[in-house]
Amino acid sequence: MGSFVPSNPKEREEMLKTVGVESFRDLYRAVPEALLLPREKLNVPDGVSEPEAMRAMETMAEKNRVFRAVLRGAGAYWHYIPAIVGRVTSKEQFLTAYTPYQAEISQGVLQSIFEYQTMMCELTGMAVSNASVYDGATAAAEAAAMCVDRKRSTVYLSKALAPDVIRTVQTYCWGANRQVRLIPVKDGLTDLEALKGMLAEDSAAAGVIFAQPNYFGNLEDCAGLIELTHQAGAKAVMSVNPIAMGLLQTPGELGADIAVGEGQPLGMPMGFGGPYLGFMCASQELFRHLPGRIVGETTDAQGKRCYVLTLQAREQHIRREKAASNICSNQALCAMTAAVYLAAMGAEGITKTARLCYDKAHYLAAELEKIGLKRRDEADFFHEFVTETDCAEKLLVALEAKGILGGLPVENGVLWCCTEQCDRSVMDEVVAICREAMA
Amino acid sequence: MKLIFERSMEGHQCSLVPRSDVPAASLPEKQMRRSTLRLPELSETELSRHYTELSKQAYGVNDGFYPLGSCTMKYNPAVNEEAARLKGFAALHPLQPESTVQGAMEVLYRAEQILCQVTAMDEMTFQPAAGAHGEFTGLLLIKAYHEARKDSARRKIIVPDSAHGTNPASAAMCGFTVVNIPSNAQGGVDIDALRAAVGEDTAGLMLTNPNTLGIFDPNILEITKIVHEAGGLCYYDGANLNAIMGNARPGDMGFDVIHLNLHKTFSTPHGGGGPGSGAVGVKKQLAPYLPAPHVMKTEKGFTFERAAQSLGQVKAFYGNFLVVVRALCYMLMLGGDGMQEASENAVLNANYLRMLLAPNCKVATDGLCMHEFVLDLGEIKKETGVSAMDVAKAMLDEGMHAPTMYFPLIVHEALMFEPTETESKQTLDEAAQTVNALLQAAFTDPERLHNAPSRTPIGRPDDVQAARKPVLRYSFENQ
Amino acid sequence: MNCPENLKYTKSHEFVETLENGNVRIGITDYAQNELGDLVFVNLPQAGDEVTAGEAFGDMESVKAVADVLSPVTGTVCAINEELLDAPQKINENAYEAWMIEVESPELEDGLMDAAAYAAFCESEK
Repeated sequence: MGSFVPSNPKEREEMLKTVGVESFRDLYRAVPEALLLPREKLNVPDGVSEPEAMRAMETMAEKNRVFRAVLRGAGAYWHYIPAIVGRVTSKEQFLTAYTPYQAEISQGVLQSIFEYQTMMCELTGMAVSNASVYDGATAAAEAAAMCVDRKRSTVYLSKALAPDVIRTVQTYCWGANRQVRLIPVKDGLTDLEALKGMLAEDSAAAGVIFAQPNYFGNLEDCAGLIELTHQAGAKAVMSVNPIAMGLLQTPGELGADIAVGEGQPLGMPMGFGGPYLGFMCASQELFRHLPGRIVGETTDAQGKRCYVLTLQAREQHIRREKAASNICSNQALCAMTAAVYLAAMGAEGITKTARLCYDKAHYLAAELEKIGLKRRDEADFFHEFVTETDCAEKLLVALEAKGILGGLPVENGVLWCCTEQCDRSVMDEVVAICREAMA
Repeated sequence: MKLIFERSMEGHQCSLVPRSDVPAASLPEKQMRRSTLRLPELSETELSRHYTELSKQAYGVNDGFYPLGSCTMKYNPAVNEEAARLKGFAALHPLQPESTVQGAMEVLYRAEQILCQVTAMDEMTFQPAAGAHGEFTGLLLIKAYHEARKDSARRKIIVPDSAHGTNPASAAMCGFTVVNIPSNAQGGVDIDALRAAVGEDTAGLMLTNPNTLGIFDPNILEITKIVHEAGGLCYYDGANLNAIMGNARPGDMGFDVIHLNLHKTFSTPHGGGGPGSGAVGVKKQLAPYLPAPHVMKTEKGFTFERAAQSLGQVKAFYGNFLVVVRALCYMLMLGGDGMQEASENAVLNANYLRMLLAPNCKVATDGLCMHEFVLDLGEIKKETGVSAMDVAKAMLDEGMHAPTMYFPLIVHEALMFEPTETESKQTLDEAAQTVNALLQAAFTDPERLHNAPSRTPIGRPDDVQAARKPVLRYSFENQ
Repeated sequence: MNCPENLKYTKSHEFVETLENGNVRIGITDYAQNELGDLVFVNLPQAGDEVTAGEAFGDMESVKAVADVLSPVTGTVCAINEELLDAPQKINENAYEAWMIEVESPELEDGLMDAAAYAAFCESEK
């Protein structure tokens, strides 16, 4: 058993004596007798040594299947993680630090977040970024709250957002008694005409949230969506893939009010769903409405440049029930992960990686089409696409047998994803396996 | 210190992008990015040194004593990190077929089983990513419960004035009105005020026990009874669970829903402000509303279920899974006996440090504390002008982290110490000696304390300037 | 105690200045700015918004605190002091010149204090 308590029995005796009690039980004097739990009533086995615990963890890890290639995205992406990323983020000064409220001894963490904020602004083209939220889904939910004011409370969600994002925003809106309306999808894209109709009859439209690329990998007519949104007096929220920003028009260029997204592609392992990183950027007009922590530059008593957590009067510990969000801990180490990743890749690396994702996905789509797996939609796409098939399960099982995680089964088809890690040889293999399975 | 952008040199780079092995596809011209992407350009040496330099200006649990009250900055065992790095966990796609992730689902299931035992809850979700997210989820569960019973007049959440600011903020996010009730002298719930506050509009009560003064509320059974009799539910804020882990259980005290901070009580690293995990446990009557998906054990193995009455999702996928892996590894090592030992020693360490400091400063409460205690520097401030902030900043000069300052709000010059069980007697002796010397210096050399810190990388920052003229990103103007 | 004779005051430390055209200007007192410390931001309503006596129309932030500003009058906001949005420190520098909102056809709430009564009230608060 290891409790990580350093003191030995003799020292504990001395300490108890200094405190003036006889035993540990005496320390719990204030707890009503009926509530104190004898060891035998706590149904948790005794502890074990480190090697035994590690063995147990390894045994569980071994029950999982690690695929040699992953052609599945839908919210979690198989990108290469540079070795330097893990080296930096496992430094214990970063790993084991608390939130940097003591600026004098936390400049390293604070500066890294300031650098992260700058990089996210560059990536999205927006004016300001916060220090992160939990993940892409909660970032969208927090963005919905930013759009709402006394007069406008209806949130519009494209049905071409990831299902987890839609469900999360719905939950947050239900909590705060806000109405959510879902915008239908047509030909794999958010239906502009339908949105136009919905907004025309609604004077309480607060915000419109859509994804670029969307859940199906397709590229939306962002300019059109943003124009409609602004005509209705609502705010436009774009949920973007950060790698795609190396190639695609940014929310900033398009005039979006808020940009959010899932930061996992920026150096975080897929990790069975987390921890990931929710990034949130906003236009200059909206920066005070950003939730969560924000780092700002200032000077110290000697006039030296330094960084602090700032604009804290927006936050829960000061505003209490009037705060726009309750968020405290965010994903600081994941934000640092993203910053190290972006710095290691550089602009050229991000752009080339985006291009590789794009080219490989288009190669696979073309090859699959040759064997009869046609794309469902005609829209332009980035690195994900849907092929129509009524035998998805058969294909995926065949791929699984060869150590490949194929695309995600969706309605009438399969949602594929290609990253820079998908070698042509693997994609050719995928096509061959599918052809065989379909025969 | 230079910003990473100021170190950037054109053309410096790491070798990270593979050569293309497919033909270039044509790009949709009107969708293309036009603005320049300005990211730093660095070789790996330069990048590595930049972050090493930053790390020298950061302070983690491994750098020294970290008595940050209510934050439970205990040691983060190295083995947890090894477990989280196992490829069989780290490389899993969240949407793999269930048959290929049985081990990962077992992690969630076993962690749930153990934590339900430790808290006397019936079911648990790991979807919430942090304590505040757990509070939000727990309160949504209370909302879902009342709505399902068509008891929708219950719109009020009672929160003691000593509570952390997150409690009322979370309640507001769930559409509840917050009713603040005063604390008694020990920071506990004022029973008469509670009786007066409850009624047919009461949705629930949020409580931390031990409270923010480090005192276990001896009336806890009566408190939860009063709320239940009024038709409300009781929410336990698990921030201070480290005081009682394995020795007393919120479920036995009458709580219906609870959040835990795995990054506090269960030793996962705080990462400079996350990622954490805010697991939420519930009694049976709330289980139907838990977020989905939720792991269930069946004859055929583990499966993810979406209960019909589930309130939905509060986050994508299953929460911060790799944080749960770390916490489970820790729980396996501690076991039931280790958990009891850990919390007992957390309480012992706090009381021991309290005894060592008491001769030099008033303690906000009388008698024994639980895992933390609050020094009240009100009299010292009046006599010497030295504030809680001054002493905390002077502690930084001595190579320690500061305690929590100015919280709870009911003590005006508060310093809240939580040493945790992973500190040795020697560390506590030395820390006490240092803090006592500072408390004495308040009388002999107050100027030194006003000017502290002087040996840290920077002096006190100008927070007013930062907030009045926010500079929230690098401007690239020098380039 | 800095509280000009020509103004009216509330117990929540706002001042009311009646202009020649019958409109009123509302801000916070010197005593209040001193208690709050360095202000870093003010949230103000927009021209055209209605304010109600006894209810908050905006708030002020210092680094570590936030305080509501309550309206002593019911009426329509016809102007706000936009200068404060960029320079909240003007309130710290001269609270009585740094009015926040101007309200037209105001109905004043009962119980507003004159300078002497307000000075005595602040004395009793200490």
